Amino acid sequence: MSADQQPSGAVGRADAKRERVVAALSGGVDSSVAAALLVERDLEVIGVTLNLAGVASRCCALADADDARRVADHLGIRFYVANYAERFRAEVIRPFAEDYLSGRTPIPCVACNSRFKFEYLLERARVFGADRVATGHYARVDVDPDTARLRLRRAVDRRKDQTYFLFELGQEQLAAIEFPLGGLEKEAVRARARELGLATADKPESQEICFVPDGDYAKAVEAICPEALPGAGEIVDREGRVLGLHPGIHHFTVGQRKGLGLSAERPLYVARLDAGRNRVVVGEAEDLNAKGARLERVSWVSGVVPNRAVRATVRVRHRHVGASASIEPRAEGQAVVSFDEPVRSVTPGQAAVFYAGDVVLGGGWIAESL
Amino acid sequence: MRVYLDHNATSPLRDEVVEAMLRVLRGIHGNPSSAHEEGRAARAAVDRARASVASLIGIESGDVLFTGGATEANNTALLGMLGARAGAAGHLVSSTVEHPSVEAPLASLERAGWRVTRVGVDSDGLLDAAQIEAAIEAETALVSILWANNETGVLQPIERIAAVVRARGIPFHVDATQAVGKIPIDLRKIPVDLLSLSAHKFNGPKGVGCLIARGDLVFESVLRGGPQERGRRGGTENVAAIVGLGVACEIAERELPERMRDYAALRDRLWDGIRAKVPRVRRNGSADSVLPNTLNVEFDGAAGELLLQALDVEGIAVSSGAACHSGSIEPSKVLIAMGRSPEQARGSLRFSIGHGNDAEQIDYALSVLPDRVESARQAVGA
Repeated sequence: MSADQQPSGAVGRADAKRERVVAALSGGVDSSVAAALLVERDLEVIGVTLNLAGVASRCCALADADDARRVADHLGIRFYVANYAERFRAEVIRPFAEDYLSGRTPIPCVACNSRFKFEYLLERARVFGADRVATGHYARVDVDPDTARLRLRRAVDRRKDQTYFLFELGQEQLAAIEFPLGGLEKEAVRARARELGLATADKPESQEICFVPDGDYAKAVEAICPEALPGAGEIVDREGRVLGLHPGIHHFTVGQRKGLGLSAERPLYVARLDAGRNRVVVGEAEDLNAKGARLERVSWVSGVVPNRAVRATVRVRHRHVGASASIEPRAEGQAVVSFDEPVRSVTPGQAAVFYAGDVVLGGGWIAESL
Repeated sequence: MRVYLDHNATSPLRDEVVEAMLRVLRGIHGNPSSAHEEGRAARAAVDRARASVASLIGIESGDVLFTGGATEANNTALLGMLGARAGAAGHLVSSTVEHPSVEAPLASLERAGWRVTRVGVDSDGLLDAAQIEAAIEAETALVSILWANNETGVLQPIERIAAVVRARGIPFHVDATQAVGKIPIDLRKIPVDLLSLSAHKFNGPKGVGCLIARGDLVFESVLRGGPQERGRRGGTENVAAIVGLGVACEIAERELPERMRDYAALRDRLWDGIRAKVPRVRRNGSADSVLPNTLNVEFDGAAGELLLQALDVEGIAVSSGAACHSGSIEPSKVLIAMGRSPEQARGSLRFSIGHGNDAEQIDYALSVLPDRVESARQAVGA
């Protein structure tokens, strides 16, 4: 064919000799720099944006995809949008709302990572002839010198560390994952973005759950599950005395103080949500302390379930510094965590993630505090 | 290697077209409406292109109205034609497999009170002229039918439909965007009143097309503001693009028999190869009444969107009829109209052959495809 007949993009020819890797591009600064670092290593990088499209009102999802497309153009890499909106609604958004209505406080980001980024995107990568997926997560993967198994480790930048959201990853997935930012400080990442002239260098960070951009979870739950709302119920103390009324348990999370509308001599907090009786149970600060937690759907990064109790530092929410505890594996993927010292606001629906130093051992979902 | 098999989306410019356009861009800057030397030169260039279009499809030069492409031509045919009958909403006949640039004006006419009968197709994507005839009412003001389907390449029996529409004395619009330059069209033999075409579908430039408007049909211009195109389309002519369109028509007229033979041979080589190498495939649309260059295939159990991307990574450009709508993949309306399930429609790809393709490219595509299809079938998340 002659040169005038075929359009030639910035992408150039596929080079069979270079290793192919898929970079998840969100349109944000982290994933942009992660992709750029791969390009610098002379890998054949394919940028993919997951279009999860959130709730219908979230118009910025498309703007993010446009940002990602511009980053890909800038880096001279191929770019595709993977449309997963239907699956995301069924597998993340809906369960998020159902968790709230069942008295739990969910973290949808874990399922989003485990399934969408490291299962479906990895599948897509393999259809593209790429064996690996890279993301802009702040986490590290390396090989345990003793066992030769892969380890998931906290990021060098502890403030940005995202391992709490990645605890469900197993050996097979870690073998296929790259976290190019795991060894970098956030400021260095921003500096690299500016150096590279990336349009997203100074984009503000997203903190909230992506499909609830205004942070109003109760309103989001009502929009997602309008047919399943339990309605108003009683606020009771630990002895079952009725202290007031609440507009629906999905407005509350364990440890919450605001929004109860109660006047008491000492501050009252949400101690427990009783979905069965549609009740919010309140108590004083010391009532929030838990000696332990029962976990379900426990997974171990090594793929090996320990046959006896394990000592670890356990984080019971993303911003939790961690508490020393023993973890005793039980049948059917369950475990019981016993804290050395009581831990405040151990909340059903959140994850308990186990660390040995900066190594993630595994984690599970808090079914109840003990 | 890049193998471009998406010529129904758009096609590369032929060298001759580029050279003719460059001659205009460099040498002819006049406004065709001006009465001086420069203006006359531009007018002559536009008129020559008009003659080339007319010659390709067997009409008088005076019936050629240049537009900014087929979308404008379709909008003008429907909205202009019917806008001329202000206040008298009536009835229209069209089909369930029209291009969005016909479907969207039809929908806005419906909002203005018009009634539209959309005649359905069979599982091969074909319309039945008798059903078109049966849909015509006393109030029917226009019949509008796509000649060649952009997704499946299926050719409607336009000659038979034209005969029944003409017999009822109703104006007939044909969207021939995908047909012109790919199959012989002779309007001396087929009574069509309005016909839309687009240059970039047959190696001309983007952003230029025609509405062929026979005889003395009265319609309102959609773009108002000047005396150009006999007052039917305001705006200074895009002379270079129009000249490019004219040259594309000249090449098409010259090469059509050879082009049809070559494209059909490559298309058949591709289909034979796919059938031999990939299990669980089926062809969408009639294999007999179809453009020589188009092949639409359902790959059972594979997501078309994913397959399209995977093929692009390997250097092969194809298309899926599906569109992304708010993050979800909407299956092709054309395939749904042919009775396919949403899943079947989502698993379908369009291959469209054109200038620059050769057997070596088809064989390369066939060497890549089976493996990619198999791997896409295993990706349950897609």
